[in-house]
Amino acid sequence: MSQWKNFSKGFFKENAVFVLFLGLCPTLGVTTSAINGMGMGLATTFVLVMSNLVVSLVKSQIPDKVRIPSFIVIIASFVTMVELLMQAYVPALFEQLGLFIPLIVVNCIVLGRAEAFASKNNVFSSIIDGFGMGLGFAMALTILGGVREILGSGTIFGLNLHLFPLDADGNPTTMIVFVLAPGAFIALGYLIVLINKINKKSAK
Amino acid sequence: MAKRESSFLNMVLTLLMITFIASAALGYLYELTKGPIAASKLAKLNNAITQVVPEFDTIPSSEIYKMGVDGDTLVFYPAMKDSILVGTAVSTFTNKGFSGYINLMVGFLPDGTIHNISVLEHKETPGLGDKMTKKKSDWSVQFNGKNPAEFKIKVTKDRGDVDAITASTISSRAFCDAVDRAYKAYMEGGKK
Repeated sequence: MSQWKNFSKGFFKENAVFVLFLGLCPTLGVTTSAINGMGMGLATTFVLVMSNLVVSLVKSQIPDKVRIPSFIVIIASFVTMVELLMQAYVPALFEQLGLFIPLIVVNCIVLGRAEAFASKNNVFSSIIDGFGMGLGFAMALTILGGVREILGSGTIFGLNLHLFPLDADGNPTTMIVFVLAPGAFIALGYLIVLINKINKKSAK
Repeated sequence: MAKRESSFLNMVLTLLMITFIASAALGYLYELTKGPIAASKLAKLNNAITQVVPEFDTIPSSEIYKMGVDGDTLVFYPAMKDSILVGTAVSTFTNKGFSGYINLMVGFLPDGTIHNISVLEHKETPGLGDKMTKKKSDWSVQFNGKNPAEFKIKVTKDRGDVDAITASTISSRAFCDAVDRAYKAYMEGGKK
């Protein structure tokens, strides 16, 4: 498999959210705005790349029977690092994502890639795989967050788009359901339809 | 390199090594980020105090006093100017929010009049309950300059004087609950 294919599979063909349906808990939870989705996606990307790198480095040293606990310790260490660094240098974003950052540990994408890819491939391919899957996840979260933010708050990345008519108090009459939990499912459902259509077309 | 055998000794040694390296790395990073984390928390607190009380020249976060109320603690930050008390910022809370806990900073003038209110922490619904923050709407400005002695801190539905946020009566009630708690504590014994 060429490295380019290895990298780009995370975006469409094997996109974690839209095609594999992995990691849906943070996906649905944090994507109330585009910036939140992007922050979560980039934090996950960092963890994915670093854990893929380390797992592929030490894979021959780890006995088979303890590989899952070993991977979990490696992943959890990187997640804690992200948590501390975000808390220190981007406290505003940390406040928004706070609860979901520790949950990256149990994000099935991270452990899934460590188990299915990094423990079987060389270091370079594993890093590329981590970047591809991570950025694909970040892309999915940013798109979903963007759609929900535009429809639910009438803004994108905090910028007012002036799409919705104002009510008597001067507030825009947006579709609030999209920033609530049900809106996440609705928006994700339609995005999956769209991505499936694109994937089917390109497969022909 | 061939895979290591899953013998008992190998497994124990591998796990020991991995956890040892991981804990060493985390300990180092914790020491490294401790300063910046504390600094950013303090900056946020000081920023909130500056917003809710009149101009002062002391450092309020150095003269705090606390008071236990309803199973939690209210923290008082007195602000002085030329050694005269100009206001007190009270960190207050409520558990009645639509999504539970809300943490507010309420600034009182010495006679109990509300000077300004700032939201420290909340999990209310984006687009509805989060209008209580100054960033999202001017709703909380209606409290400024009101004295709870004649201004009833309850939403109009509960025969009070506060206009609730449209479609967010629960969040508004919780907000009033927190402000009311701060006011009562301040009048009862929080004054110094």
